[in-house]
Amino acid sequence: MKIDIKKLAKLANIPLKKDEEEKLEKQLEETLKYIESLNKIDTSKTSETNEVTDLKNVFREDIVERSFTQEEALKNAKHTYNGFFVVKAVLSEEMTS
Amino acid sequence: MKNKYIPVIGLEVHVELKTKSKMFCGCDASYFGEEPNSHTCPVCLGLPGALPVPNKKAIEWCLKIGMALNCKIPLVSKFDRKNYFYPDLAKGYQISQYDQPFAENGWIELTLKDEKKKKVRIRRVHMEEDTGKLLHETINGEKVSLIDFNRSGVPLVEIVTEPDFESAEEVKAYLKKLQQIIRYLEVSDADMEKGQMRLEPNISLREFRIQNSEFRIDENLPSYKVEVKNINSFNFVEDAIEFEIKRQSKILDEGKLPTQETRGWNEDRKESVSQRSKEDAMDYRYFPEPDIPPIKWKQEQVDNLKSQMPELPDVKIERYVKDYGVTYYNAEIIAREKKLAEFFEKTIEVCEELKNKKENSLDYKTITNWIINKKIDPEKILPAEFVTEILKATKVEGIDEAELESILKKIIDGNEKVVNDYKSGKENAIMFLVGQAMRELKGKVKADEVKEKLQDLLK
Amino acid sequence: MELHDLTITQTKKALLDREISAVELTKLYIERIKSLDEKFNSFVTTTFDKALELAREADNKITQGMNLPLLGMPLAIKDNFCTQEIRTTASSFVLEDFIPTYNSTVAQKLFDAGIVLLGKTNMDAWAHGSSTETSDFGSTKNPWDLTRLPGGSSGGSAAAVASDEVLAAIGSETAGSVRGPASWCGIVGLKPTYGRVSRFGVVAMGSSLDSPGPMTKTVEDAALLLEVLAGKDPKDATTSDHPVKKYSQGLKDKKMMTIGISDEYFENAEKEIGEKVNEAIKLLEKLGHKIKKIKLFNPKYAIDVYTILMRSEVSSNLARYDGIRYGFGRDRFGEEAKRRIMLGTYTLSSGYYDAYYKKAQKVRTLIIEDFKNAFKEVDVIIGPTLPSVAPKIGSTANNPMFGEMADILVEPSSIAGLCGINMPVGFDSQSLPVGMQIIGNQFAEETILNLAYQYEKETQFWREKPKIK
Repeated sequence: MKIDIKKLAKLANIPLKKDEEEKLEKQLEETLKYIESLNKIDTSKTSETNEVTDLKNVFREDIVERSFTQEEALKNAKHTYNGFFVVKAVLSEEMTS
Repeated sequence: MKNKYIPVIGLEVHVELKTKSKMFCGCDASYFGEEPNSHTCPVCLGLPGALPVPNKKAIEWCLKIGMALNCKIPLVSKFDRKNYFYPDLAKGYQISQYDQPFAENGWIELTLKDEKKKKVRIRRVHMEEDTGKLLHETINGEKVSLIDFNRSGVPLVEIVTEPDFESAEEVKAYLKKLQQIIRYLEVSDADMEKGQMRLEPNISLREFRIQNSEFRIDENLPSYKVEVKNINSFNFVEDAIEFEIKRQSKILDEGKLPTQETRGWNEDRKESVSQRSKEDAMDYRYFPEPDIPPIKWKQEQVDNLKSQMPELPDVKIERYVKDYGVTYYNAEIIAREKKLAEFFEKTIEVCEELKNKKENSLDYKTITNWIINKKIDPEKILPAEFVTEILKATKVEGIDEAELESILKKIIDGNEKVVNDYKSGKENAIMFLVGQAMRELKGKVKADEVKEKLQDLLK
Repeated sequence: MELHDLTITQTKKALLDREISAVELTKLYIERIKSLDEKFNSFVTTTFDKALELAREADNKITQGMNLPLLGMPLAIKDNFCTQEIRTTASSFVLEDFIPTYNSTVAQKLFDAGIVLLGKTNMDAWAHGSSTETSDFGSTKNPWDLTRLPGGSSGGSAAAVASDEVLAAIGSETAGSVRGPASWCGIVGLKPTYGRVSRFGVVAMGSSLDSPGPMTKTVEDAALLLEVLAGKDPKDATTSDHPVKKYSQGLKDKKMMTIGISDEYFENAEKEIGEKVNEAIKLLEKLGHKIKKIKLFNPKYAIDVYTILMRSEVSSNLARYDGIRYGFGRDRFGEEAKRRIMLGTYTLSSGYYDAYYKKAQKVRTLIIEDFKNAFKEVDVIIGPTLPSVAPKIGSTANNPMFGEMADILVEPSSIAGLCGINMPVGFDSQSLPVGMQIIGNQFAEETILNLAYQYEKETQFWREKPKIK
């Protein structure tokens, strides 16, 4: 199993140094090899479990509850401006959902 | 442009629901004009350990949209995480639906020019959440983006069509109709300017050729697709599609294939600009949202929801034409907005009641005309008052139109000389006739109206 | 016996009988932490001022004749539970200065029940690990041997309880993070059924697995804490509305059970561990319980399933840490977090999802069915909690799957969302604690607590204390 570590790091949004890249690449390949044994188990007739306690249809009613004040919302942010969070400029024409 | 291509257009529309609270938390979902970051909590700010709990009403509304678009409602559904990084996406993933949407495989019938009909297939209708809002500014000489998370987590319904449109006109007809349906359901105001309805057309071109003097279209869909984003009005979507058709035709004319990509519409320059090509296409790493148990409907729950659906415009129009003898053209105008349609129906009810009580009433045609002409604003009056007003204006108390006419005709016949004077230009002569008529009518009709009626009869 | 040797029940009695005030008790524990914690490093953050304030409130309430389930009880909470106005780091420098403006449901319930919070305990960063060595605030040491690991990820909580720095502590388990350190530190650790205790406000690791639970000296204390913690939470859609029982009252009547034993669990453990656990089983048999051999799905596949599911979910759960709204940027993630995020990103990525995540969710179904079948025949399943006793500090280096490997015996039950409890069963030849786990069906907390209590009554291992040098 060969991993494109640079592409993966970009996808995961993890900044990696060169030596980290090498080490991680090796370790990830090792781990992938290890978990290969799962393929020995026949699951052709099995469906996947996404919820272990068989819950379903858990909803809330459409009721407005108290929100944070602006101050509370911004309290832990390093950079704020006029009630907004601030980041370095990002492309304006990017995706909407 | 040589007309040897047929556009293949599909559409993704996002509709923001007007629930009171957000999709997965109890924050107030209204954000328009609010102080930035004043409608947030751990959930919609993506704080550590916060968990989503879905809004029941939003889900029901999503199902209703699906039902209005003739979709099938699968009995099992779930939420998924769509993973990508962007500063306005608080959690680093958007809760959406991947392979088990709330509604799928529907259709909508469009009425095009000359009442031509066209069916467009709806692929799916699913539920997701909105992102925060970015503003771009320069502060102290540094270019920055400002984030407001008030919009983060507001419920969004995404409606995806099959690539069944062949022109901007069809797309526009679809959007108008979709907007109308959404408003009928009262689940969103679908105001494009406020971002409550957002469109993303994907456009490609398919070649056609003449073969054995027959018109043949390439049966396969084109191998590429161009998605256009940032369109926030019905008119822009037309411009954007026209622009793309021209742009892609040119590339195809040169024997090349347009790049599969996402382009952004620049309204000022009236052109689309490349944003992202297929090579760096996003890998969203969808997987079932572990924080939300699956949704499993009983058929009776679905049926119950269906029974709560309001009558939709198509059905209304058909009914107006059939039951009330309204022309298709007028029926369409009346049904365009639910409020007006309801006013029309209430007015008819009032009139039926009057008829039953053997009192003066109005016929369907008169009601229709008065509503279409808007001489009286239906927004400012109750149906019963509306009827009274029309009765006052068109008829006379205790006297109906025919009776009035016969009285006036008698007076005209008995005053030949005065009539001739009037006809030869002595306009004041009519006042004698009015006086005669008023005596006869004993004040049941206003002098002005009598004068008007006489003038009509003497024409 | 000294005050800090007492259990919750005993301490509570002393408080209500006015033998000691909550403030005096709190001061005693504060002094103990001050004098001991340099050795153990159980705490990331201590909250002594807040503790004294809470203790004064508790004393007022006692004076007013009020009673609350945990009134005046000096406790610690693992540092991945958000605590309002108290720094919450999950032992990662990414959250070094994060001060939540909200409480996790668990913290809220504990405060409402009257606890005195002494501090936030150390853990593997983001709960990634089984040693606390991945903590950005330094590893915690095992009170039984300072050169050894306390286990993890709730290692700080385990060490704090084992060394009587606190009366009890709260941990959280994804697969082994409560039972594991409880085993290596010789205390009781209860991992409730998935959805029994709310995850709201707990820094998420593997969302389909995470289960907060109590870490205590005795079974009764665990039962008392579970009574406070368990229940449906409107803020956590995955919590169950299964009725919460009076767990502490259910302990006293001795239920007779059929205990399932699976060879696979012993084969994967060191011999000496197996022997200790077998001794315990023999004792239970002597008490009248039936022992039944069963065959369970080989736990080694659970490692694969767990690794894939957990790392995939981790890669998504840690995506929110971008330093914009709180905390620092993603460059601050430690090696283990990076490793897990990267692998999880890979196993979810286009073209690999079916082979990994989906496959793992399918095998998960098989593991669940396997347990379901087992619980048709037995009431509980017993086996070693961990394959070994506490290893030396540093021994996890260069094993990129140390956590997942060490937790082999607790992973299957975690994957199936079952409840389980670690019980100290004595000491090995190096005088290190050995633990056995009692696994119960979903929502069978009452059953496993009942059996654990019967065993504890006979053995009283909790009275053995580490000799702290």
